[in-house]
Amino acid sequence: MLGFELSFIWAGIIAGAVLIYVILDGFDLGVGLLFPMTKDEGERNVMMNSVAPIWDGNETWLVLGGGGLFAVFPLAYAVVMPALYMPIILMLLGLIFRGVAFEYRWRTKRWKPLWDMAFFGGSLVASFCQGIALGALVQGIEIEGRAYAGGWWDWLTPFSILTGVAVTAGYALLGATWLNMKLEGRIQGHMRSLAWPLAVATLVFMALVSLWTPFKDGVYFERWFAWPTALFSGVVPLLVALAAFGMLRGLQRKADIQPFLCAQALFVLGFIGIGISFYPHIVPPSLTIAEAAAPDESLMFALVGTLVLLPLILSYTAYAYWVFRGKIDPEEGYH
Amino acid sequence: MLDGYTAEILARVQFAFTISFHIIFPAFSIGLASFLAVLNALWLWKREETYLNLFNYWKKIFAVAFGMGVVSGIVMSYQIGTNWSVFSDKAGPVVGPLMAYEVLSAFFLEAGFLGIMLFGRKRVGDGLHMFATALVALGTLASATWILSVNSWMQTPAGFGINDLGQFVPEDWWAIVFNPSFPYRLVHMVLAAYLTTALVVGAVGGMHLLRDQANAAARKMFSMAMWMLVLVTPLQIFAGDMHGLNTLEHQPAKVMAMEGHYDSHPDGAPLILFGIPNAEEKRIDYAIEIPKLSSLILKHDLNAPLDGLDTIPDEDEPPVAIVFWSFRIMIALGFAMLGLGLWAALARLRGRLYDAPLLHRLALLMGPTGFVAVLAGWITTEVGRQPFTVYGLLRTSDSLAPVAAPAVAASLIAFIVVYFFVFGAGTWYIVAMMRKPVLDHVLEDERDEVQGDGPTLAVGEEVAVKDKPGKN
Repeated sequence: MLGFELSFIWAGIIAGAVLIYVILDGFDLGVGLLFPMTKDEGERNVMMNSVAPIWDGNETWLVLGGGGLFAVFPLAYAVVMPALYMPIILMLLGLIFRGVAFEYRWRTKRWKPLWDMAFFGGSLVASFCQGIALGALVQGIEIEGRAYAGGWWDWLTPFSILTGVAVTAGYALLGATWLNMKLEGRIQGHMRSLAWPLAVATLVFMALVSLWTPFKDGVYFERWFAWPTALFSGVVPLLVALAAFGMLRGLQRKADIQPFLCAQALFVLGFIGIGISFYPHIVPPSLTIAEAAAPDESLMFALVGTLVLLPLILSYTAYAYWVFRGKIDPEEGYH
Repeated sequence: MLDGYTAEILARVQFAFTISFHIIFPAFSIGLASFLAVLNALWLWKREETYLNLFNYWKKIFAVAFGMGVVSGIVMSYQIGTNWSVFSDKAGPVVGPLMAYEVLSAFFLEAGFLGIMLFGRKRVGDGLHMFATALVALGTLASATWILSVNSWMQTPAGFGINDLGQFVPEDWWAIVFNPSFPYRLVHMVLAAYLTTALVVGAVGGMHLLRDQANAAARKMFSMAMWMLVLVTPLQIFAGDMHGLNTLEHQPAKVMAMEGHYDSHPDGAPLILFGIPNAEEKRIDYAIEIPKLSSLILKHDLNAPLDGLDTIPDEDEPPVAIVFWSFRIMIALGFAMLGLGLWAALARLRGRLYDAPLLHRLALLMGPTGFVAVLAGWITTEVGRQPFTVYGLLRTSDSLAPVAAPAVAASLIAFIVVYFFVFGAGTWYIVAMMRKPVLDHVLEDERDEVQGDGPTLAVGEEVAVKDKPGKN
C-alpha cells in the first residue's frame, strides 16, 4: 500500500518536472523557431539575449525528467527509451546544435549564419521530436516481459507527426508571446503579429489531437466520453477556450504579459488533459505507475532529498528570472 | 558502413565515444569553475585589477566549455536508457536515485547561478555575484561526487540485494554511496580535473609570456598554474597509487591487465615498463621489465606472490592491450606533469619563472596533456571493468537494449559526425580566445558598450562591430 502511495507521489513529481520543462524550455525553443523571422542583427541579438541567461536552467528540467524516470521508474525508462530511440537521439542532436549556438555565434564572423541556422534548425528538430515522442507515447508502446517489443520505426505514424507539428506550433506561440513580453520596438510588434497565426494554428492542432486521441484507444474514449467522468473532463476544454480568449484579447490590447501567461495556460491544460488520459498508466497501454516503480527503498531515499531540494531549486530559479526581469536593453548586452 | 557489427559492439562504441567526448568538458570546467571562484575572491579581496581581467578572460572560455559540457551531458542521461535499457531496469533502483541527486543538487545549482555569474555582476552586485560564482564551483564538485559514486558502485558494488525480478535493490544507502572504491576515485578525478585546468591555464600563460614577459596577467596565471602543478601532482601520484591498491583488492583482474601480468608470479612479480601484449599467446612480447618491482609497488614486498590472468576464467578477462597501453600513457603523462611542475619551481627559486622561454614553451606544449591523461585513466578503469557493467554481477552483453543494429549504427555515425563538427568548432573558438591577450577590463567595458551585444562577448572582436553598420 505504501508502495503504491510513494510511486503515486513520484508520478506526480515526474509529471511536474516534465510540465515545468515544457513551460520553461517551450518558449526558449520557440525563440529558436522564430529566429529566421528577422534578418536584422540587432533584433536577433536581443532575441537570443532574452533567453541566454536562463536556457541552461530550463534544459536541466529535461535532464531531471530523464534522470528522475531512471531513478524511480526504471522499467518505464527502460521501455520508453528504446521505443523512442530515433526521436530521442534526434532531439538530443538538435539540442546540441541549438545549445552551442548561444556562445558560438558570438565567436565567429564567417560562420555566424551557420550557427544562426543551427539555433533555428536545432530548435526545430528538438521541438518536433518532443511532439513525436508525445504522440508515440499516447498511441501506446508494445511491451513484452520487461522490455520494448516493437520495431524501431513504430513511433512514426500520422498521429505522431500531427503531435509533432502541434507541439512545434505551440512552442513557437510560446516563443512569440515571450518575445512580445521581453522586447520593445519594431521586433515586439513583429512578434505580436506572428503570435496571431501561431495561436490559431496551435488551437487547431490542439483540437485535432484532442479529437483523435479518444479514438486511438478504447480506454481514452471511455475516460473522456463516458458518464460521469465526461462531466469532469468537459471542464478542461472549457478552460482551454477561456485561455484562448484571454490570449487573443491580450494580443488585441497589445498587453505584454497576458498573452504569454495565457499561452502557458494552454500548455498546462493540454498537459492535464494528457494526464487524465494516461492515468493510471505511465506507459500506455499496459504499464502502470505502480508496476514501473522502483522498490520502496529507492523511492523513499530519493524522495527525502527531493522534498528539500526541489523547493530550493524553484526558489533560486525564480530568483534568476527575477534578476533578469523586464525588457531586454539592447545596449546592456549582458556582460 | 558498419554492417556486420553486432548491436552490442556498436552500442559499446557509441557509449565509449559519447562519454569520452563528454568527460573532456567536465574535466576542464570543474577546475576552471574553482579557478574562477578563486580569481573573483582575490579581486574582491585585493582589488588588484589583474584578477578581474583574468576573471573576465577565463569566464568567456568557461561559458563555451560549459555549454559543450551541458549539451554532451544531456545525451548521457538519455543514452543509458536508449542503448542499455536492461542495465537501466536492473541497476536503476540503486544508481538511479544517485543520478537524480546529481541533477537536483548539482546541475540545477550550476545552471541556476551560471547566468548570474556570466551576465549578472552589475545587476546583483559584487557580493551576490561572488556567491553565485562559488555556487557554480560547488555545483561542479557536487556533480563529480554523485556521478563518481555511481561509477564506483558499478566497479565495486555494495549495500544491495537482488530481488525476484533480477533487479539490484538497495539495502544500505550509506554502503552504496560510499562503496569501497568511491573515495579513491573521487579524489583521483577531482585532482585530475584541477591538474587539467592548471595545465591549460599554464599553457595560455606560457604562450603569452613568450610574446611579452612583462604582461602582468600572463605572469599571474602562469605563476598560479605552476604552483598548482608542483603542489598537486605529487598528491595526485600518491592518490593514484592508493586507488591502484584499492583496485588490486577489489578488481584484481583489472590490475593484472594494467600490469600485463598474464602469468602468476609466486615469488615476486616484475614491473613491465613496455612491451606488446599478445592476446593470442597470452604473453607480453618484447617486454622490458624490472624484476620484482611490481610486487614492491603493489604489495610493498619484493617477494610477495602476485596472481596473473591465468587465474581468471577467459570469459571474465578484460581486454588486456587497451588497458595496458592506456595505463602507461596516463602514468607517463603524470610524471611529465611532475617534471614541468618541478622545473617551474626551480625557475621560481632562481627568480626566473617569467624569463624562461624553454619552460614556457614546454608548458604550452603540455597544455592538452591533462585531457589525454584523464581519458587514458578512464579508459583504463572502464575497459578494465569489462566484460561487466556491474562488476562481477551483470555482464555487458546482458545489459543491452533491444535496439536493432542498423538503428545503433545510424545513431553512432550521426554522433560521430555531429560531435567532431560541433565540438571541433567549439575547441577552435576556445583556442582562438586563448590566443588573444588578456585585456584590461576598463577597455573591455568600453568596447562592450560600443557593441552592446554578445552574452559573454569576447574582447577584441571587431566582428560584431563590422556586422552592424549604421548602429550606434
